[in-house]
Amino acid sequence: MNRSDYLRQLPPNELAARRNSFLQTIHIDGFLLMMLLILMGGGLIVLYSASSASIDTVIRQALRMGLGLLVMCVAAQIPATTYRRWSLPLYGFGVLLLIATLIFGSHAKGAQRWLDIPGLGRFQPSEIMKLLVPLSVAAIFATRSLPPRWSSLLMSTGIILVPTLLIAKQPDLGTALLIASSGFITMFLAGLDWRILVTLAGSSVPAGWLLWELLHDYQRQRILTFLNPESDPWGTGWNIMQSKTAIGSGGFDGKGWLNGTQSHLDFLPESSTDFIIAALAEEFGFTGVCLLLLVYLIILIRGGYIALQAGNNGDRLIAGTLTLTFFVYIFVNIGMVSGILPVVGVPLPMVSYGGTSVVTLLASFGILMSIHTHRQLLN
Amino acid sequence: MARNVTFHDKLREQGIFKHRLVVAFLGVLALVGVLLLRMYHLQIVQYSTYETISDRNRIQIEPIAPTRGLILDRNGTILADNNPTFSVSIIKELVPNLSQTIADIRELIPLNDNDVQRFEKRLQQRRRPLTPIALRLNLTEEEIAILSVRAYDLPGVIIEANLVRHYPQPELLSHTIGYVGRINEAELKQVDANNYGATEYIGKTGIEKFYEDRLHGTVGFQKVETDARGRTTRVLEKIDPTGGENLHLFLDLPTQQAALKAMNGRRGAVVAIEPDTGGVLAFLSTPGFNSNLFVTGIDHKSYNDLQNDRWRPLFNRALQGQYPPGSTVKPMVGLAGLDGGFIDWNYSIWDPGWYKINGDGRFFRDWKKWGHGFVTLDTAIVQSCDTYFYELAHRMGVDRLHDFLSPFGFGHRTGIDMAGEVSGVLPSTEWKRRTRKERWYPGESLNFGIGQGYMLSTPLQLAVATAIIANHGTIIEPRMVEKISTKDTGIRPLEHAPLQHIKLRDPEQWRRMIASMRNVVMTKKGTAYGAVGRRLTEYDMAGKTGTAQVVNIKQGETYQASKLKEWHRDHAWFMGFAPTDHPRIAVAVLVENGGHGGTDAGPVAKQVIDAWFESDARSRSVTPEEQDASPATEALSTSQRMHTPPTGTEVAIH
Repeated sequence: MNRSDYLRQLPPNELAARRNSFLQTIHIDGFLLMMLLILMGGGLIVLYSASSASIDTVIRQALRMGLGLLVMCVAAQIPATTYRRWSLPLYGFGVLLLIATLIFGSHAKGAQRWLDIPGLGRFQPSEIMKLLVPLSVAAIFATRSLPPRWSSLLMSTGIILVPTLLIAKQPDLGTALLIASSGFITMFLAGLDWRILVTLAGSSVPAGWLLWELLHDYQRQRILTFLNPESDPWGTGWNIMQSKTAIGSGGFDGKGWLNGTQSHLDFLPESSTDFIIAALAEEFGFTGVCLLLLVYLIILIRGGYIALQAGNNGDRLIAGTLTLTFFVYIFVNIGMVSGILPVVGVPLPMVSYGGTSVVTLLASFGILMSIHTHRQLLN
Repeated sequence: MARNVTFHDKLREQGIFKHRLVVAFLGVLALVGVLLLRMYHLQIVQYSTYETISDRNRIQIEPIAPTRGLILDRNGTILADNNPTFSVSIIKELVPNLSQTIADIRELIPLNDNDVQRFEKRLQQRRRPLTPIALRLNLTEEEIAILSVRAYDLPGVIIEANLVRHYPQPELLSHTIGYVGRINEAELKQVDANNYGATEYIGKTGIEKFYEDRLHGTVGFQKVETDARGRTTRVLEKIDPTGGENLHLFLDLPTQQAALKAMNGRRGAVVAIEPDTGGVLAFLSTPGFNSNLFVTGIDHKSYNDLQNDRWRPLFNRALQGQYPPGSTVKPMVGLAGLDGGFIDWNYSIWDPGWYKINGDGRFFRDWKKWGHGFVTLDTAIVQSCDTYFYELAHRMGVDRLHDFLSPFGFGHRTGIDMAGEVSGVLPSTEWKRRTRKERWYPGESLNFGIGQGYMLSTPLQLAVATAIIANHGTIIEPRMVEKISTKDTGIRPLEHAPLQHIKLRDPEQWRRMIASMRNVVMTKKGTAYGAVGRRLTEYDMAGKTGTAQVVNIKQGETYQASKLKEWHRDHAWFMGFAPTDHPRIAVAVLVENGGHGGTDAGPVAKQVIDAWFESDARSRSVTPEEQDASPATEALSTSQRMHTPPTGTEVAIH
């Protein structure tokens, strides 16, 4: 059998990978990178319009994306085993940071989410937990056989609950729920018993009631407003009504780039950050929304493919969780802006203006690429 | 065998994962479907509804600024009110070419670079859509007319009527009332941004800042329908703003004016307090400045001129000036000695003109070079003998003095209801260890005993201490605001903290010390007799003079040689109260570089006290019926009238 026969027998993807040997050697997944660049490029175009044609904003965001890509490349160089080894110690450190935030953190808008580090500026420890929680849960399962036993289930539940409660205490309910859900996704992928899932679903009603009792007034207000936006036309309800108007008035093909009236006349709040999808929907219409979802879906499928290709449990779980968490952000953001979920302050992945989210997400894609490019071809 | 099991497990595990991932992706697809359905519903099914809302009728929520509360003196004279002024404003969204429009306006009316800069800065800040932003304020009637005529080719340019803070007595009350100014980003973060949605001004200093919450009021809202050009077509809903509360001060304007007149252009401070209530009757720091300049935004040149003025008109001497209190502390040091049993009224010392600590070579000199001879406490107060207090302070030590003087208000904030108060310094061994990392030297106690050295007091603190002596030890918290009122609730008094007392072992000592302080003013040997007591006919006064040495010039400041002398001259202090048996006013006066307390500061106190007695008698002679028609009620009706015009009334032109 000569060399070309061998090549012919490989699936087409593998063939592409062989051709991209340069990207292969620097551990970058070319296909994923291309889709991410398309997404970010489109995002910048929307951002330019949503920020009222502010080229400064676009440049700032592009720089953050560049930084994010750098972080992604670095993250891709580190073998997946290293992530598993370091995730639990880093997780412990992250929990300490969360506790420090509750004690020393700085207040902004009634919550204590930021930690000032002298000389380094301020950051939100809850952001890094978005990565560390799924990594840690995956690390727990990686060394044990699946489906998980009670002991590992209890341990991972603890790993999820500690940061969730600490972040809920800040209070930042949105992030807390997102982190809890990412941990839960890992458990689900690991093969959490269906019976437990059914029990959990059954007990969610009393749990919901308990949670309601624990909520801060403003959080309850948000949920009530979500259920009935007309009840608070001066505050949060106004935002939702405006974003629905922006989306709805976009119609099938939109008002055209730079022609959105709602976002440009500042009716739309947070038009370049959390609510940017409304600006997109207004200017590019239903077609634009479909295109965006299509790009997201392709990225998700690539992520799922990487997860399936992974050689061991730990890698599979990490890749699967990161991919599905990415979707959770997409769903929560679009759901909240279009009025089917309460407003929880989640940016639209890779599109919303803001640095932390872009960098963390690209870091998680770096880990995905590392999993894909470091695997042994035979196992 | 074992190897086989692992292999089997691996396959099984991969199977589980594959299965779960497929389930998850089905979930993802379902949820994407939900999003698509939702978007389809909004964008296709309900398109025409939202299209209508978006294009033809834009429903907006506009905040309406509340009217700021007035500030009135005790007789109801308005000290801070709101004047309607006209400004030309721009709605950015409706202007086709902003720079061209500004250029056009500049051709019509005078417009300086400051106006434009301020406008552009405001443009950068977060705001509601279609909010007019003021370009130039205080339009004259002629300017309004010119702009109205050209209105047809200036779309998006409107003339607005706004209420702007106005101080009828700006120089007199600049340090008392403080001023409001345009709210900035940092301040917006401190307040409830919703409540300040339409507010342009916020209290920056003084009473305006301290009572910001009460003065501001609650924002109102109106839900309006606007057409595509941003014109209001219909008001759908309206919640009226609630105006701020009016503040009724203890301050007596005639007394305040008398204080300014008595200072006669010199630098310094006057604080007069009603001992019964702690109400501040006069509060003056000279030189003052025109606080109206700050309201709409002072231009750079005027501000720099004020900032660089060598006499520092922006500095609130009464509240923030810290000076050695000098001999004015002697009555309190004397009381400390009496109460601690170190001296009695018969105790006397020989004053050769100096005092010397054993083993220390240093001479502590009396102001009188050849000494006062035999001195008792009474003589020591009346003639302000330093040696007596050197000896007493030496024996008592710093910490006893500190503990006794502290309740008089020194070394900590008095708690007056004004923003920016400083605490002064009341030294102790602990204080010195903490701040200077050094032990206390006995010689320093001697300086402390005559109010020099480390001790620093603000004029306000000294006025409070004077009132406490006049009260025989009842501690007062100085208050600017006596009552508050609103349109709905009428006038009601402000709650005050309960009063406390300085208890002496023998309360009789208060009376005897006051008698000595009376001798300072009313007897021929007293340091304040020639300039004050000799001229008193209708009442008697107790007091104490003081001179604060200006030890050194501040580092980094250079002065012309001719001026150097003046800056070296001592600060003159006077504290006093009258009448001595039932005091109705306690005053502290500081004249910077004034020279001598008795001759330079004393007459100021006398004129202030005269003015208060006269003004008080006048307002007492007014019958209650007449009082009803007094300016207080008039001012209230003014404020009610002020509630009615909504801000942003569009006078012209689209």
